[in-house]
Amino acid sequence: MTAVARPLPARRPSMTGGARQVFEYKAMVYRRVWRGSVFSTFLSPVLFLAAMGIGLGSFVDGGNAIASLGGVPYAVFLAPGLLAAQGMQTAASESTWTIMGGFVWDRTFHGMYATPVSVAGIVFGQLAWVTARLTMVATAFFVVMLAFGFVGSPFGVFGIVASVLTGLAFAAPITAFAAGQKNDSVFSMIFRFFITPLFLFSGTFFPIEQLPLIIRPIAWLTPTFHGVALARGLSLGTLDPLGAVVHLGVLGLYIVIGAACALITFRRSLSR
Amino acid sequence: MTTAQPIAAPASPEFAPDRPGVPEAARESLIRARGLTKKFAEFVAVDAIDFDVAPGESFGFLGPNGAGKTSTMRMIGCVSPITGGVLSVLGMNPAHDAALIKGRIGVVPQQDTLDMELTVRENLIIYGRYFDLSRREAGRRADDLLEFVQLTDRAKSTVESLSGGMKRRLTIARSLVNEPDLLLLDEPTTGLDPQARHLLWDRLYRLKQQGVTLVLTTHYMDEAEQLCDRLVVMDKAHIVAEGSPRELIDQYSTKEVLELRFPVGVLETLGTELDGLAERIERLPDRVLLYADDGEAAAAAAHARGLRPETVLVRRSSLEDVFLRLTGRSLIE
Repeated sequence: MTAVARPLPARRPSMTGGARQVFEYKAMVYRRVWRGSVFSTFLSPVLFLAAMGIGLGSFVDGGNAIASLGGVPYAVFLAPGLLAAQGMQTAASESTWTIMGGFVWDRTFHGMYATPVSVAGIVFGQLAWVTARLTMVATAFFVVMLAFGFVGSPFGVFGIVASVLTGLAFAAPITAFAAGQKNDSVFSMIFRFFITPLFLFSGTFFPIEQLPLIIRPIAWLTPTFHGVALARGLSLGTLDPLGAVVHLGVLGLYIVIGAACALITFRRSLSR
Repeated sequence: MTTAQPIAAPASPEFAPDRPGVPEAARESLIRARGLTKKFAEFVAVDAIDFDVAPGESFGFLGPNGAGKTSTMRMIGCVSPITGGVLSVLGMNPAHDAALIKGRIGVVPQQDTLDMELTVRENLIIYGRYFDLSRREAGRRADDLLEFVQLTDRAKSTVESLSGGMKRRLTIARSLVNEPDLLLLDEPTTGLDPQARHLLWDRLYRLKQQGVTLVLTTHYMDEAEQLCDRLVVMDKAHIVAEGSPRELIDQYSTKEVLELRFPVGVLETLGTELDGLAERIERLPDRVLLYADDGEAAAAAAHARGLRPETVLVRRSSLEDVFLRLTGRSLIE
C-alpha cells in the first residue's frame, strides 16, 4: 500500500480539472447500453420521417411543392427541422434524471468531487459527453434523411452542427436546473410543459408565420426556433448571413449562460 | 485537549501552497485544526474545535449522530469550506490546494458513491482515472485492491448485486486506489452485520500496520476501541474529551461497572437504597449502572442491603460509559 514518510511529489491537478476523465466515465457507462441505444437512435428518425415526411407530406402537398414551404416538398421542409428538434429531445433526456441521480441516487458526482476532479471538470466533462451523444444522434438522423432523399442541398450536412448546438442550448440550462433537484417529479413537467410544446410550435412542423402574431415573439426567444431555422436554412440553401449570426448568437447565449449556471448549482450541491 | 500541548513550531510557513512534496509542517501533524468551525446559516455544526493527527496514527471521532463528526470529516476532505478557524491537511490549506490534498487522501464517505451501472472492477478503474492514473496502472491497482478486500471473484459483477458489506469493502478498495497517505472513513461499518464489520476491521487494521494514517468517525464504542490509537469524543459540535480509549476509560470511568436490572416498576420505587454502593450511579430507563473498581464487591453489598435485582452483570468499563459520563446520554439512542 503506502508508507508514511514517503515524500511523494505532489501531483499538480490536471489543467482540465478532470473533464476528460468524467467524459471517459460517461463513455464507460454508455458502453454497457450502446446496442439498444443505437437501435433507437436510427429507429426514431425512420419513424418520424416516414410518418410525417412521407405520410403527412404527401397529404399536405400532394406531390406539388408549396410556395409557403420555400417551394420544396413538405418532407424536405420538415426533415432539417426535425433534425434540430431531435437535438433538444436528446439533450433533455440526457440532462435530467441522470444529473439528479449523480447527486441524489448513486451520488457519483460526490464520489468524483472527493478526488482531484473539480466542479468545472464535472460540468464540462458532462457537457462534453452530451455533445458527443448529440453528435451521434444527429449524424444517425442525417443518414436517415439522406437515405429518404430529404436533404435539400450539400450544406444540409451542417444541420448536424445546428442540431448539436440546439441540444446544448437545452442541455446546459437543464443540467444546471437538475443539479439542484431533490426529487424527479419536476422532470416530467419539463417535458410536458417545455419540450413538447417547443417541439410542436417552434417551426419544426410548420413555419411560425402560421402562429398568431402575439405568440410569435415567444418562439423567437426559444433556442428551438433558432436551431430549426438554422438547420432548415442550411438544408434548403436559404440561410442569409445575418440570420445565421442571430441564430448562432442566441444558441450560444443559452449555452454560455446555462453552463455558467451549472457551475454555480453543481458547486452549491457538492461543496457545502 | 490538545491545546494544552504545544505543537512543535513548523520550520516552514503554515501553508506552503506552492511547495511540492510533504511540507515540514506535515511531518509534525498530518491534520491540524485550531478553532475549526462550520456553520450552516445559523446552525453551528462544528464549534471551534482543536485537534492534531500525527502521521501513522489511527484517530477517531466518537459521538452520537449530529455531533459534528461528518461536517469535520468533510472539511478535512476539502469538500466543505470551513467557516472559521484554521485547518491544515498534509501541511496544505484546503481552501487553496483542494485538488492537491484530495490527490493524496482516500475517502470512505458515510453513504456509498459507487456507480451501480458499472462493474466492481470498472468502478475501481474509473476512480483511478480520476487521480490521473494511466488505464494500465489503474487496472493493475484494481486487481491488487480486489484481492485485498476479497472481491476478486466479484470483479465482473455489477455493484447492484453486492451485499452491503461487499459494497463497503469496494468503497474502501476504491479509496485506496491513489495509495493515499491519509484515509478518511466516515462511519465505515454503520449498518453492517457483525461478520462484515469484523472483516472490515481486519482490513483497516492491516492498512494501519502498513503505515496508513486513519481518521474515522463512529458511534460504535467497540469500533473505536478496536481501531483508534487516540480519539476525541464529540458532542453538540464540541470536543468534550480526548485521549486513548484506555486513558479515557481510566479518566472518566471506573475499572468495572455493575449493571442491575429490576422487575418492572421496582426501579422507580428505589430511593436511597443504592447510595454509597459505588463511586457513581447512573439510572437508565431499564437498569441502574453502578461504577465501582470492584464490581463483585458492589454486587455483594447491594445484596446485603436486601436489593433483589432480576439480573446482575459485572463488566469492564467501556467508551460507552465514558460517553454517558461526559454527556449524560448514551451513544446510540
